[in-house]
Amino acid sequence: MGEITLGQYYPTNSILHRLDPRVKFLGTLVYVVSLFLVRGPFGYAFCGAVLLVLIFLSKVPFLYVLRSLKPILFIMIITMAFNVFLTPGTILWRWGFLKITEEGIRMAVKMGIRLVFLVTGSSIMTLTTTPNSLTDGMESLFGFLRIFHVPVHEIAMMMSIALRFIPILTEETDKIRKAQIARGADFETGGFIKRMRAMIPLLVPLFVSAFRRANDLAMAMEARCYHGGSGRTRMKPLRYERRDVVAYAAMAAFLAICIVFSVTGL
Amino acid sequence: MLIELKDVCYTYGDGTVYEVKALDHINLGISEGEFIGLIGHTGSGKSTLIQHLDGLIKPTSGEVLFEGKNIWSEGYDLRSLRTHVGLVFQYPENQLFETDVITDVMFGPKNEGLTPAECEARAAAALRQVGIPEELYKVSPFDLSGGQKRRVAVAGVLAMDPEVLILDEPTAGLDPAGRDELLNQIRHLRDKRGITVVLVSHSMEDVALYANRLIVMDEAKIAFDGPPRKVFARYRELEKMGLAAPEITYIMHALRSRGLRVDTGAITVEEAKRSILMALSNRNSMKDGPL
Ligand SMILES: Nc1ncnc2c1ncn2[C@@H]1O[C@H](COP(=O)(O)OP(=O)(O)OP(=O)(O)O)[C@@H](O)[C@H]1O
Ligand SMILES: [Mg+2]
Repeated sequence: MGEITLGQYYPTNSILHRLDPRVKFLGTLVYVVSLFLVRGPFGYAFCGAVLLVLIFLSKVPFLYVLRSLKPILFIMIITMAFNVFLTPGTILWRWGFLKITEEGIRMAVKMGIRLVFLVTGSSIMTLTTTPNSLTDGMESLFGFLRIFHVPVHEIAMMMSIALRFIPILTEETDKIRKAQIARGADFETGGFIKRMRAMIPLLVPLFVSAFRRANDLAMAMEARCYHGGSGRTRMKPLRYERRDVVAYAAMAAFLAICIVFSVTGL
Repeated sequence: MLIELKDVCYTYGDGTVYEVKALDHINLGISEGEFIGLIGHTGSGKSTLIQHLDGLIKPTSGEVLFEGKNIWSEGYDLRSLRTHVGLVFQYPENQLFETDVITDVMFGPKNEGLTPAECEARAAAALRQVGIPEELYKVSPFDLSGGQKRRVAVAGVLAMDPEVLILDEPTAGLDPAGRDELLNQIRHLRDKRGITVVLVSHSMEDVALYANRLIVMDEAKIAFDGPPRKVFARYRELEKMGLAAPEITYIMHALRSRGLRVDTGAITVEEAKRSILMALSNRNSMKDGPL
């Protein structure tokens, strides 16, 4: 359970799930860049079609993928509204200081499509990759920064520990909250000050347990002779398979096509 | 009937990929004054079940009644329910938060709206019941030993004077003396004040000794429900569920198969001792008899 409850990882055994996390990370990057390259309707249609194919390949239910759009819906509407009303250009309709321009509508639609594709595209990565394997991939991708004395391994280790701890602490919070409610605690009613005070019985045990866990973990790591990055080998080293090479080739082809769309403006 | 569950189902993570069915059509009635032992292998749904009794989890479907009223009906006062039903969680020592022991135990009574003097009296009484000496009242709960913390946490619930006391593996991690002391204290409370007790435990010996009714959970369902002797008589089936009868019952079966006419239904050491002594004296008297 634990690890996977975080984020939106959706377990199926699709080809996308089995891809190397580095491929998926770079692929997402390429996709995002392409979204800003293409300009014309055909370009967007092409990006959309690719997205649909990816969703199909991931075997994640379509509606489940669309759920990732929920949190940005509000931002999207605001951005589109700003674009519709505030872009100067040929006026189609005006009412007082509000005016709608042709350019505005075009801009708003473009922004909307870009945002939807961007969020959906990157959530395909998070839906098909566990947070831990994602950090592994990043560690390997940014490994070159070690030359500049960036502690890449340590940062990645901290990230995966933090990721690992989030579900544990959420569960712990839930348990403590219930235990205090059973003792008559009231977290729901009252003014701001009263509610803040009501949090004390929750926060104190939570912090105590977080520190205890961190301490235990540090001790356990030390007991197993953990000493940071240099000279450490992996149990499951990331290794490119055939499918990863194929994916890189597909990615290059996709980028090339998008550049063509960008140059021609189609 | 004090508490009643009607067709209660509960699913964790309902509607997501990680659905876990933790309770499956549970029907259960608990009467006043019962001492119920709740057993089942890990993950069978015991903790989930008892949280329903205290209104901490809302059933996915089905009804929970307390004194005949549905606790999830509109306008039902769940907070007052929780003063009647006290729940001691698994590892309750993790919920301590105050600067000293007695203030922590006073948290529950304070939430009931009692005066400080009453709270303190209740807290002191509860701490006495769990055997925490007065020198420790002003000590920080974080400076206590694990077993002492456990007792303070149990006192925190006892101080609310509940009519129903539910304990989720209260003795896990206690030394044998501490375990007996705590359980004896709970039995004493039940005998003296007539409270109802639900004890979740992995120790067959403990439930055999203290409970007068045994509920066995298996894979989200109630597998058996009855007096301990009857339930443990089906130890073959219990073993299939990852449980067992008390050790002493196995000894009785072994003695019986060697020809000693003992009561194989004995589940406590005391019962077994009486039965063995009786069987031995019968045999001896037969030997000494006119042969
Ligand atoms: N917060 C939760 N989120 C998701 N699933 C849960 C949660 N709590 C329990 N479960 C699942 O529900 C099922 C029943 O769990 P429960 O805690 O009731 O078991 P239990 O009988 O108390 O076990 P134990 O003897 O180990 O305490 C298990 O399969 C467990 O994985
Ligand atoms: Mg449990």
